Amino acid sequence: MKSSAELQEIRNKLRMEIGYSLPIQENDIRIVVGMGTCGIAAGAREVVRTFMDEVEKRGLEHVKVTQSGCIGKCDAEPIVEVTLPGKETVTYVHVDPAKAREIVASHIVGGKAIKNYMK
Amino acid sequence: MLERAHIMICGGTGCTSGNSKKVMEEFEVQLKKNGLRDEVKLIMTGCFGLCARGPIVAVYPDGAFYQHVKVEDVAEIVTEHILKGRRVTRLLGSERTESGEVMPINQTPFYRSQKRIVLRNCGRINPENIDEYIAFDGYKAYEKCVKEMTPEGVIQLLTDSGLRGRGGGGFPTGKKWLSTYNAKDDQKYVVCNADEGDPGAFMDRSVLEGDPHSVIEAMMIAGYAVGATQGYVYVRAEYPIAVQRLQIAIDQARAYGILGKNAMGLGHKFDMEIRLGAGAFVCGEATALIHSIEGHRGEPTQKPPHLAEHGLWGKPTVLNNVETYANIPQIILNGPQWFKSMGTEKSSGTKVFALGGKIMNTGLVEIPMGTTLRTIIEEIGGGIPNGKKFKAAQTGGPSGGCIPASLIDTPIDYDNLIAIGSMMGSGGLIVMDEDNCMVDIAKFFLEFTVDESCGKCTPCRIGNKRLYEMLDKITKGQGTMEDLDKMEELCKYIKANSLCGLGQTAPNPVLSTLKYFRDEYIAHVRDKKCPAGVCKALLNYVIDKDKCIGCGLCARKCPAGAITKSDYIAEGHKLPSMQIDVTKCLKCGACMDTCNRQCAISKK
Repeated sequence: MKSSAELQEIRNKLRMEIGYSLPIQENDIRIVVGMGTCGIAAGAREVVRTFMDEVEKRGLEHVKVTQSGCIGKCDAEPIVEVTLPGKETVTYVHVDPAKAREIVASHIVGGKAIKNYMK
Repeated sequence: MLERAHIMICGGTGCTSGNSKKVMEEFEVQLKKNGLRDEVKLIMTGCFGLCARGPIVAVYPDGAFYQHVKVEDVAEIVTEHILKGRRVTRLLGSERTESGEVMPINQTPFYRSQKRIVLRNCGRINPENIDEYIAFDGYKAYEKCVKEMTPEGVIQLLTDSGLRGRGGGGFPTGKKWLSTYNAKDDQKYVVCNADEGDPGAFMDRSVLEGDPHSVIEAMMIAGYAVGATQGYVYVRAEYPIAVQRLQIAIDQARAYGILGKNAMGLGHKFDMEIRLGAGAFVCGEATALIHSIEGHRGEPTQKPPHLAEHGLWGKPTVLNNVETYANIPQIILNGPQWFKSMGTEKSSGTKVFALGGKIMNTGLVEIPMGTTLRTIIEEIGGGIPNGKKFKAAQTGGPSGGCIPASLIDTPIDYDNLIAIGSMMGSGGLIVMDEDNCMVDIAKFFLEFTVDESCGKCTPCRIGNKRLYEMLDKITKGQGTMEDLDKMEELCKYIKANSLCGLGQTAPNPVLSTLKYFRDEYIAHVRDKKCPAGVCKALLNYVIDKDKCIGCGLCARKCPAGAITKSDYIAEGHKLPSMQIDVTKCLKCGACMDTCNRQCAISKK
């Protein structure tokens, strides 16, 4: 038998998942990964998976990872755009899984963009 | 791993018949093929409401809303959208913002005036997974009731909210529960009426298919409030998907110990079962439904005694409709003031309507009470197809009446609808345009009630049959003006003397069409004409001999051999024109459909 406390556990556990079955909200932090053919060739899929992994591990409820098409600067792929609510979009280039983890730690959680990865 | 995209595929009856199950299987295949299966969550969910454009596939968190999705489209959605982040625009519907971009789905005319409370989880959760219902605050309302409130408190809260029965009668739910609570007995029952019988109505089916746990939770709350330990859902066997999902939901709730001897460890006992009905319309009537559950013939009996004192197996019983129940957990969680803030003074909250007939966006809509018919038809419904003119809308199915175009600005609530001679009914809303003959519509609904009458009482069994015969006479051009008065008199007699709701409301379609479209009746009776061109007996197909080029296509199509060559050759034509022998003509219209020059043949 599930007690009411156990039901609450289910709610907490699924809270992250629920976020992904709703449209993006205004106060969500957005991570957009360029997933054109160029981005995928440069390793964008691993980058997406890394971001998802970090988001889940850290329980970042209001962070939404989505993907977009090629923006035309294929030599800089994988390109990742990070938008904090009410702030200007920051664009990172040549992102790899290691950089992705750093971006989450410093920019998403710490609120400090990493200048070195921006060009 | 946390999935980065959720693909929600509509698993309602409409989209299922549009092959959404195959679409789901194809997604499974394509996602695996592209190595994306573990990054994406695939959910078969409940009805999104826009059935006219099904099968619907929604992708979150992007909020893309794909329509008319076929199996062949799936590969493109996966490789373009899911993999590369480029939406497949051609499947996103035609609504555009001012800047020409695809309009977010919640801003489209179909959704922006809606307020989804009963349907909140339809299209959002997987109805076959109890965890998802729990995640969206499921069973929290029940917990709140048992832990923090007394049964009297729960009933008072419902009374304060102003919730009224959504099955059609509009009886205050709190009052109903109170009388069952006040009845003293060793056993009481909670029953859910899911015997949705109106032609064209599918609100309750969609709730059971898309969010069955909300009904279970509400019935548990009812059990706590009135002191009942056993519940029954009476649902028609014609709803196989709804029955199956409800059974899965009950089983899961039981496995979690939510239903059972000690629900959620809170010390309250409640369990429930499904009872299948054979689809008789009369079994939606409270007493007939109770008899059917008991295993007797589904026939109504005299009220009083009311179910609150003498219901199922003679015990005090509370009976509510699916939609009424589905409102209750939200009212408990958000409070009566929240519920009262929606709708009108005497009808709070929202109402679900099944939009059908001559309307672009056939489907399921939930609107605050007090929304005008114009908003429902012109904005949400997208207007009438083929540029035709709106003529009337029928609410309440065979028990309701029609609302003519002149009353299109009436705010829809219980009392307004009754004032104009219709009723809320369970929520079927059938739209009619200028091609519908109102006498024929009245005849259609009456044929339904004559067929569905249980035959127990004379006014309903014989009265409605006579009424139907009079209508039939009129549509055949054999009616007299006295018939119209006789019909009105008979209608009043049937309404006053029938035993149950079926008979008491059966004449409504006749009365309301007589009231608002009397001229159409008169045209049938006096001029022997059907203005809408529907009643075949009053209709003649004629060939314009000056336009006809004499190709003879129509003569070859005519199943009755009624079309022959005439001896008239129009100026400038080489062949003699065709002519129709009205004594042989079956009025099937095949000639008109095949005519090369569509203007040559017309209905008169």
